[in-house]
Amino acid sequence: MPASEPDSSVAAAPVESASRTLMVTLVVCLVCSVVVAGAAVLLRPIQETNQKADLIRNVIAVSGLLKEGLTEEQALKRIDARMVELATGDEVKGIDPNTFNIVKAGKDPEISTELTRREDVAGIRREPRYLPVYRIVGPNGEFKKLILPVYGYGLWSTMYGFLALEEDLRTVQGLRFYQHAETPGLGGEIDNPKWRAQWTGKVLFDANWKVQVEVTKVAIDSSTPEAQHQVDALAGATITSRGVENLLKFWLSDRGYGPYLSRLRHERS
Amino acid sequence: MAYEHKKIIFDPIVDNNPVILQVLGICSALAVTSKLSTTITMCIALTVVTAFSNAAISLVRNHTPSSIRIIVQMTIISSLVIVTDQFIKAYAFTISKDLSVFVGLIITNCIVMGRAEAYAMKHPPLPSFLDGLGNGLGYSALLMVVGVIRELLGSGSLFGYPILPLDRDGGWYVPNGLLLLPPSAFFLIGMIIWVVRSWKPAQVEEPEYRIYHAPRPEVAS
Repeated sequence: MPASEPDSSVAAAPVESASRTLMVTLVVCLVCSVVVAGAAVLLRPIQETNQKADLIRNVIAVSGLLKEGLTEEQALKRIDARMVELATGDEVKGIDPNTFNIVKAGKDPEISTELTRREDVAGIRREPRYLPVYRIVGPNGEFKKLILPVYGYGLWSTMYGFLALEEDLRTVQGLRFYQHAETPGLGGEIDNPKWRAQWTGKVLFDANWKVQVEVTKVAIDSSTPEAQHQVDALAGATITSRGVENLLKFWLSDRGYGPYLSRLRHERS
Repeated sequence: MAYEHKKIIFDPIVDNNPVILQVLGICSALAVTSKLSTTITMCIALTVVTAFSNAAISLVRNHTPSSIRIIVQMTIISSLVIVTDQFIKAYAFTISKDLSVFVGLIITNCIVMGRAEAYAMKHPPLPSFLDGLGNGLGYSALLMVVGVIRELLGSGSLFGYPILPLDRDGGWYVPNGLLLLPPSAFFLIGMIIWVVRSWKPAQVEEPEYRIYHAPRPEVAS
């Protein structure tokens, strides 16, 4: 190969023959596929650890365990992940909750059911049959908190998050979204720590265990009994705020975690 | 002929910038510049892909029949993009979530294909590699400028570290939400092109046509 520039051999006759074309195609494809496959296979274990770590990091963040002064490793030991069949509220074995992909499960027709328009309060179209839940346990293994994956449609995107409930299963410990594409500065403010802090201590059920939660644009009068169910909507993000309210209503209803929550209540009473 | 390696690398940064002069690669420039951490990852990814694809394409340039050269270029470029994407997913997971599809879309970035076809097909591997590197750096230089402006004025921070105290945290700076939206990058790139072309008038394009003013016809009575 001469080191001279613009060389005309590119257009020379033997290069243009059919056998040469086939040869070059084969070699290029072979080399490229080896490189691509090699990278994918070699890097997969690291990527999977990342994905798991990312999910768990979100669970830990919403659990409030770090605020109690625990390190991430200590917090990890307090998380007891289980798979739940939503329709019955049974815990199922055989599916690893740590590798379960919530986003994919909601689209896979094999493990999700279609929702009718009336049922689909959260705007998610399909609901997975199983979902992981995370029990937060105390130092001696006693039940402390429950973390539920929740998601629903906002203005532009499906918002994926975690809802953490206190021991009484009706008070919010935290609500945190880890994946969404709402407008930065408006709907995107669901990530704002100040707005998230409002949720802590809110009560999602009334005395008869009926879901009661409202994201409101009206100033909240803290003297009324309703105030404990109300959260200030985000300014300029009515549809995102409504989406958050809707997704909570959906996931806490009998279509969502209702059966599991009532089972847990009976176990604990 | 001897190649001036320095010139090959540094020319595309100001004098022959792929974004400013040739207006290529705009799509990703809008999408990834709202935060500096994603901007810099994207810049590194694109620079690596352009440099190595140029070198690889130049290596096989004398053996590639011209009937399949575009496909050969695409195959090499896409393989490199996939490998880069896999590396980012493995070693910069949170950033890869922010970048989502945009690393994959480097395949369709006109800068990569443009350099392969315009330079690597005609020059030996080393200058081709440097040309890819230079064009990647040219793209990076512009993106970094846009990224700094957008993150600083849009979120009051750089690389996520607060620089301007925000009013919602008790500071004085009211962030400009527009700068977090993609169209703001359009305005910024437009202004940068304007500034650079005022500074270096040689970059101003010749108009493709001029409006012809017909002489006013005599009014016949």
